Amino acid sequence: MTPRPRPLVDPVNQFFWQAGKAGQLQILRCQACGTWLHPPRPICAKCLSEEVAPETVSGTGTVYSVTVNHQPWVPGLKVPYVIARVSLDGVDDVLLTTNIVGERALESRIGDAVHVTFEEQDGLWFPLFTHSR
Amino acid sequence: MSSKSDPIISGVGQSAVGKFVDRLPLLLTIDAIKDALDNAGLRVGDIDGVATWPGRVETMLDMGPVGCDGVIDALGIKATWYNGAFESAAQYGPIAGAVAAVQQGWARHVVVFRTVCQGSARRKPELFPSVQPAGLSGGMEHIIPYHAYSAANWTAQMASRHFHDYGTTREQLGQVAINARRNGALNPRAIFRDPITMEDYLSARMISSPLCLFDCDTLSDASTAIIVSAAETGADLKNVPIRIDAIAQSLPGRYSWDQPVEAACYPTGKRLWELSDFTVEDVDIGQLYDGFSFLTLQWIEALGFCPVGEGGRYLEGGHRIARDGVFPINTNGGQIAAGRTHAFGYVREAVRQLRGQAEETQVDRDLKLAVTGAGGGPLAMAMLLARD
Repeated sequence: MTPRPRPLVDPVNQFFWQAGKAGQLQILRCQACGTWLHPPRPICAKCLSEEVAPETVSGTGTVYSVTVNHQPWVPGLKVPYVIARVSLDGVDDVLLTTNIVGERALESRIGDAVHVTFEEQDGLWFPLFTHSR
Repeated sequence: MSSKSDPIISGVGQSAVGKFVDRLPLLLTIDAIKDALDNAGLRVGDIDGVATWPGRVETMLDMGPVGCDGVIDALGIKATWYNGAFESAAQYGPIAGAVAAVQQGWARHVVVFRTVCQGSARRKPELFPSVQPAGLSGGMEHIIPYHAYSAANWTAQMASRHFHDYGTTREQLGQVAINARRNGALNPRAIFRDPITMEDYLSARMISSPLCLFDCDTLSDASTAIIVSAAETGADLKNVPIRIDAIAQSLPGRYSWDQPVEAACYPTGKRLWELSDFTVEDVDIGQLYDGFSFLTLQWIEALGFCPVGEGGRYLEGGHRIARDGVFPINTNGGQIAAGRTHAFGYVREAVRQLRGQAEETQVDRDLKLAVTGAGGGPLAMAMLLARD
């Protein structure tokens, strides 16, 4: 499989790429006002607090939008595959772009219930999602 | 608000455009600038300002091969103002900068250019040795690792949601592509000159569902130049000056292609009418971004030609946007048929239409007001161009 292009890991986002090692999905949250902050950033846009910390979330969610990619953008890329945005249960105003994987991936529809599964590559854990039922 | 002191577009020009034009990026740019100077009736010595988007970008030399300094050096321009910068509301950022420069008296004639060599870079990558960054950032680190390499993938996410929320169909969206190819057939400079049918559209190979091959523009080599001049210079020009009535831009709180925030075209469209004395009913013609057909649908909604969510129904049958329709759009074939000139091609076509100089693609009626929108997702700028 084509390697995933690598994110620039920094002190603010490192937790996100490491949390999957323990099977956890973590999202940064403002500890002062409760606003979820994704992509991670060191200040809350709502209350300007710098007290931000990762919180473990359930890892379940719903497909918000979906596309089946058929175009081999880079050499060796195996198509088709599914790119989606997932709305996480209990996490307001955040969407995760991800891949839907598993037997039912290509039939993914908006509204489908999905849960997280991780894929490790070179010490980073990428949150992917698969159908729950 | 509309004023006789508004800056004008004095000239427009373009290089050869194609999937592959065997010419150095700087010379391609100078071809466009010379064409624009001739169109305005100006000489290099009259130019005192230079602007471009995104400037020379070492990490994306196919997208940003030429900067202001290269042009100033090559032509010996004595500049009193110049600016080339990537961080801007959309491709029209340097046009807004030129308007400010001319209004402030920093310059009288600003040449604004956009050069792309995405065709050449595919064929001869060794000539475009972009620097590879250490890792993805700027929000893209949460998108591209999922093999979502292209704006086609990001736009497809927005399109799939629009289809779901509003019942938009491929048959409706397809009218943008069919209209582009129909207009492109008239344009001798277009890359694709054969029209397509709805059957062709529906049977085309999928790129990123629901977007098929015909929903996407094509990588091109092209340079387009626009000369923005002070209002008082208008009387001395070779061609009718086109007044820049309003330029709008906005970013609603977050710069993101994937978070739950409305696409920037929507607040930008509203803002445009706040900045003008015209209303949407006054518009004669539109040149709306069609890097992907779905972005055109969004601009139609955003500018108020129909309510949000009704874009699909507005496009139904394709008669409204046709050259004999109530709102002819992308009259030279847009980027879908005429190549990715990265928004500046719309400005050139709008100016030519308003002057009645669009030759084969000329819409056969008296045109006074054109609207153009550039960008998608978090990028959005809109502009009203008027012939007084």
